[in-house]
Amino acid sequence: MKLYCLSGHPTLPCNVLKFKSTTIMLDCGLDMTSTLNFLPLPLVQSPRLSNLPGWSLKDGNAFLDKTELIDLSTVDVILISNYHCMMALPYITEHTGFTGTVYATEPSVQIGRLLMEELVNFIERVPKAQSASLWKNKDIQRLLPSPLKDAVEVSTWRRCYTMQEVNSALSKIQLVGYSQKIELFGAVQVTPLSSGYALGSSNWSIQSHYEKVSYVSGSSLLTTHPQPMDQASLKNSDVLILTGLTQIPTANPDSMVGEFCSNLSLTVRNGGNVLVPCYPSGVIYDLLECLYQYIDSAGLSSIPFYFISPVANSSLEFSQIFAEWLCHNKQTKVYLPEPPFPHAELIQTNKLKHYPSIHGDFSNDFRQPCVVFTGHPSLRFGDVVHFMELWGKSSLNTVIFTEPDFSYLEALAPYQPLAMKCIYCPIDTRLNFIQVSKLLKEVQPLHVVCPEQYTQPPPAQSHRIDLMIDCQPPAMSYRRAEVLALPFKRRYEKIEIMPELADSLVPMEIKPGVSLATVSAVLHTKDNKHILQPPPRPAQPTGGKKRKRASDDIPDCKVLKPLLSGSIPVEQFVQTLEKHGFSDIKVEDTAKGHIVLLQEAETLIQIEEDSTHIICDNDEMLRVRLRDLVLKFLQKF
Amino acid sequence: MDPECSRLLPALCAVLADPRQPVADDTCLEKLLDWFTAVTEAGSSLLLLQENPCLVELLFHVLKSQDLSSRILSFSLRLAGIFAAQENCFQYLQGELLPMLFGEVGPLGGAAWTAPAVRSGWIQGLRTLAQHPSALHFLAACGAVDTIFSLQGDPSLFVASAAGQLLVHILDLAMRGPAEGRRSLQACDWPACAQKIVGHIEDSLCSTAIPQVTQALSVLTTAFGHCHGLWTQGLWVRLSPLVARLLEKDPVPASHSLVDLLLSVARSAPSSDRGLWETLAQTLSHLSPTQAGPLALGILKLQDCPQVLRTQAFGILLQPLACVLEAAAQAPGPPGLLEGAAGDSMTVDTLLSSKSACVGLLCCALAHLGLLQPLPQRPSPWPQAPLLGAAVTILRLCSGSAAPTSDVGGRLCAILVGCGRVQRAALDFLGALSQGTGPQELVTQVFSVLLEYLVSPESSSMVLKKAFQATLRWLLSSPKTPGCCDLDPHTQLFLTELLPVLQKRLCSPCWEVRDSGLEFLTQMTRHWGGQAGFRQALLASEVPELTKQLLRDPESYVRASAVTATGQLSSWGLCASPECPGAQQESLLVELLHILSTDSEGFPRRAVMQVFTEWLRDGHADVAEDAERFVAGVLQAASRDLDWEVRAQGLELALVFLEQLLGQRGSHCPYAEALPETAPPGVLAQALQVLCRVQLFEFAFRALFDCDRPVAQKSCDLLLFLRAKAAPCGGPQEAGDSPNVASVEATLQRWQAGEQGQPLGYLEPGAVVALLRSVDLEGLRDTLAESSDHVEKSPQSLLQDMLAAVGVLGENEADCY
Repeated sequence: MKLYCLSGHPTLPCNVLKFKSTTIMLDCGLDMTSTLNFLPLPLVQSPRLSNLPGWSLKDGNAFLDKTELIDLSTVDVILISNYHCMMALPYITEHTGFTGTVYATEPSVQIGRLLMEELVNFIERVPKAQSASLWKNKDIQRLLPSPLKDAVEVSTWRRCYTMQEVNSALSKIQLVGYSQKIELFGAVQVTPLSSGYALGSSNWSIQSHYEKVSYVSGSSLLTTHPQPMDQASLKNSDVLILTGLTQIPTANPDSMVGEFCSNLSLTVRNGGNVLVPCYPSGVIYDLLECLYQYIDSAGLSSIPFYFISPVANSSLEFSQIFAEWLCHNKQTKVYLPEPPFPHAELIQTNKLKHYPSIHGDFSNDFRQPCVVFTGHPSLRFGDVVHFMELWGKSSLNTVIFTEPDFSYLEALAPYQPLAMKCIYCPIDTRLNFIQVSKLLKEVQPLHVVCPEQYTQPPPAQSHRIDLMIDCQPPAMSYRRAEVLALPFKRRYEKIEIMPELADSLVPMEIKPGVSLATVSAVLHTKDNKHILQPPPRPAQPTGGKKRKRASDDIPDCKVLKPLLSGSIPVEQFVQTLEKHGFSDIKVEDTAKGHIVLLQEAETLIQIEEDSTHIICDNDEMLRVRLRDLVLKFLQKF
Repeated sequence: MDPECSRLLPALCAVLADPRQPVADDTCLEKLLDWFTAVTEAGSSLLLLQENPCLVELLFHVLKSQDLSSRILSFSLRLAGIFAAQENCFQYLQGELLPMLFGEVGPLGGAAWTAPAVRSGWIQGLRTLAQHPSALHFLAACGAVDTIFSLQGDPSLFVASAAGQLLVHILDLAMRGPAEGRRSLQACDWPACAQKIVGHIEDSLCSTAIPQVTQALSVLTTAFGHCHGLWTQGLWVRLSPLVARLLEKDPVPASHSLVDLLLSVARSAPSSDRGLWETLAQTLSHLSPTQAGPLALGILKLQDCPQVLRTQAFGILLQPLACVLEAAAQAPGPPGLLEGAAGDSMTVDTLLSSKSACVGLLCCALAHLGLLQPLPQRPSPWPQAPLLGAAVTILRLCSGSAAPTSDVGGRLCAILVGCGRVQRAALDFLGALSQGTGPQELVTQVFSVLLEYLVSPESSSMVLKKAFQATLRWLLSSPKTPGCCDLDPHTQLFLTELLPVLQKRLCSPCWEVRDSGLEFLTQMTRHWGGQAGFRQALLASEVPELTKQLLRDPESYVRASAVTATGQLSSWGLCASPECPGAQQESLLVELLHILSTDSEGFPRRAVMQVFTEWLRDGHADVAEDAERFVAGVLQAASRDLDWEVRAQGLELALVFLEQLLGQRGSHCPYAEALPETAPPGVLAQALQVLCRVQLFEFAFRALFDCDRPVAQKSCDLLLFLRAKAAPCGGPQEAGDSPNVASVEATLQRWQAGEQGQPLGYLEPGAVVALLRSVDLEGLRDTLAESSDHVEKSPQSLLQDMLAAVGVLGENEADCY
């Protein structure tokens, strides 16, 4: 059993597991941090950005972070755990000869589609007059200013995919529900388990009859909108692959939400605007819910909230229809019937307005001071670029970063000097190290495998030994482009016995609780399933020619000699021999057992753990007598 | 006993003895016992029993009846104890009743004994009974002492604890007689009963079972804590070797109880007892750091105690902090940082053994040192600087901002990071340390760590509250620049950093945070409202504006705090925005009045009344402008309020107004020469006119018949004060002179009867004075001074109630058919 690690990013994992005869890809996250090396793509021509010395507008790209460790066309299935971890899907399904199936839950697919759609839209609506690629040549890259010259494997950076590729990739997905058991080639069974992190997010249990591997990706134990995490089903794992922990282990999401609200309120009360760069789904639902409760109490009811994204409308509406994937509280609302998320009410009361982009209706409705939620969190493309340019100059305004995926300082770099206030409130609801240690104590896997980042404290806080995984035995760590042999051997295979064959067995109890029976059968193997079938009956001797030939094929089914079991107690055996008239008996101990010498009869009985030999000189009568005496001590069946 | 009670008693005894008529209410039985105690204390029990034979009959009946409830049985045991506390009555009952109640033939052997109430009643009965030497003989004769021994391990904690106390009581009773007058008392001279108890204690102390040791230790603790006879010294001489032997065991058994005992002995023993000090020193060194803490604190609180022992004890309290300092030090610290308390390995082991042990030890150490800090007998020299350093270090470890290089430091950091309990304890301690001084460098660190906590989003609301409190204490204790009344430059700089944080906290979604932010602001303004530096910084920030916005907060506590804060700001003229001061100020008054008359919760309204009272007292500019209109408006709003505290505060405000018109109330100083209290006639007449115009009398008279006693009392005091001031000038006038008075009196009578709908109408000053005389204010005051249940508290009413309750029960039973 092997694990091929294709991504070094712990929260955007991409691993391939070879288990029994299957090749399973676990997630395909897309690390987009390399976009930070590019200039923002402005919606409106920005003289400032285009006049920066020594820079010219480059193509905004998204990139695939993979190595040629494994032939991706051999991947049988891809298991998706949440919509953030499927962003590289088109690169894999469309360009590698992949012919397998992708499994994901419905919300993951729908919201993943929205995220991809938004990404493609952001890139495509700002067409580039020219694109340059010569600089990717190593010799030229060396000459570029830092950090570009330090970027690794620039040659593997790819252009952003198209909507067509997205559609094609998504068409290969098969929808699954929580706890649904999916057979892969009869060899393993995979099951998505609720992970509590996002709508439809899942962990996966991958098991054969005797082995179980659990794959834990972005999971959360907090009570937010999704269904709570299913921990019980992770129990009894031989291996637990642990990825997707919180990226900001020192920030508690609750405190960050509080910080977010305080700063938002403070800015707006002073007449400033608030910009929140965010993804169109996920934490934004919780933020809107918090604000829904908060704005009235903070006297902010008159402040408009704008949500601008090409997929804003779909995102808000989708969230309301996935009732079965929501936490219990929200599910019950549906039966009232009420919309599970309060943002419906915000929209109804005109407190929250959503627009596909800043063009069109938005420019008519726009009123300041206001709060704007828009993408992309990298600040390199999307409508957020416009607002950064618009509001950056005033110290009344505030940009609040809530997505932990990008370093906010790097994201802000091209906008410097900046007068607006910047607040960093990363809200990451994924598991922290305390929760992980409780989880591991609870589910007790035999082995834990995790990215190397989790096995040591963060580099910036090397004294925080509480910010690492602490388990026994120590977790196995992996890094990008590494192949791990998982530390367990498969020892058993399940074989079914046909009922009629089972009927014919006569088990014999050899010690309390243990019965044995001999089986003669034909082992039939198909689709990784093994079945014992009754052997064909011996051919009738009176059969014709044809039949006779058929009987040649079947194995000889002679009446078998009974099998023996048990051990021979030497002292009693000697006594029995004496009782039966043998005298002058000598016993010698050997390394493997005993030798009983019948000196008078010139006979030797060699008793070992798994064999007994009677060696005598051509006296068959004597041998048979001795054999019968030996057999008295053994059980037959 | 009054005859009516005597008449009711037989019926009551019959009810009590009847299992078919259960007494529903336990408190009745308790009240009955209280009453009997009072009756027997006032007179002879024997006489009581002879005059009321039903009581003895009840006790006999209880013994015979099988199906009585355990409550009644328990009650009877305690009742018998009360009677038998007098020796002659004891003799009267001793023959038959007492052995049957308390001896082996009584409930002791029966099924009723399984009820803890019965066991408890048995103990309490004996406890009351054991007051005279005859009782000791009785106890010995009926073998009660052995039973008490066994009850020490009773599953019911109340019973077990009462059993221990009873043993001490018996021991004291036994020893009091022979010990009196004789100083050196040999153990062999002790009475048999005492010998038996002490022997039992000795056996228990030698036992290997920890519960037994604990019982013995707690009995001894009670004995040394409550008995002051000379015999206790003899007892200690006899038992101290056994106690010392406990210290040789590892771990020391029942360490908590042992610490209690040693401290109890130390408090009662003479300071010359060297053996005791040695035992204490030995105990300190034997106990684990966690167990030794309370003992060390107790030793340091003792008045006379050898210096060596005090040093040792202080060292133990300091040790955990010394360990932390040592572990977090970047480089080896200056020698003798906490002298005599270098972190020893045992303390380090405890700190690192588990999170709960570490948190427990640190919290205890911090709390103990915090308690010690303000005491006059605290160790001297007090290591202020290292303690400050340790508190700052602990807070940094908890916030994760410390970066210790040592291995121990790293592990401590991992244990403590984010630990709210330690954070709270350390902040409290840091606040306590503000009473002392420290090197400027450390004080700067203190302020920076406080700011770090105030800024950090990870600080929980409780931690934040503590951080605000500690900051306030440090700010207020910061030194003033000599020769200048303004803030020193460090404080000024800190303020400029603090105010933006406060601003953010006032916008927090968590109401507790907003609330503690406002409280902090109020306190700071109260102390510094006049400091130019503070005023400047505050007015430059958005804090005043935000505070005003919080008057409309959805949380009532926050609204109340915002009211207090804006009131305080306004008193110092810090509420006004520079552009249009007048308009702002007036709107605040209007806004507060609006809150007073419309807010649905009591807290903000009470806060408004307090602010208004303060404004009136201090002559707030806007109030002083037209005080009459202000008072009229406020009283009108307060009189309709449903919350009695608001109405009471309204009377307080009325009183302040009165005092401003008529002069102070009588001097509170009992030695001051009595000055003529009445106001000059001209002033009085004018004042009465004003008071009538603001309708203060309607408010006060309404309050006089308020259904809440405190309001009525306050109003009564106010009217009495007014009458004292007005008395001579109204001399010739008679109540009947004024045509209005009769109808007004009629209205008042209706008010008194509870119909307060009708208004009093406009009153002439003359009518007021007449009214003041005609209403029996003294009588009212006396009635009000009695507690509201004084009628219902009489024993007669208790007996009637109990009988009636049973009657009611009976009717209900009948209703069922």
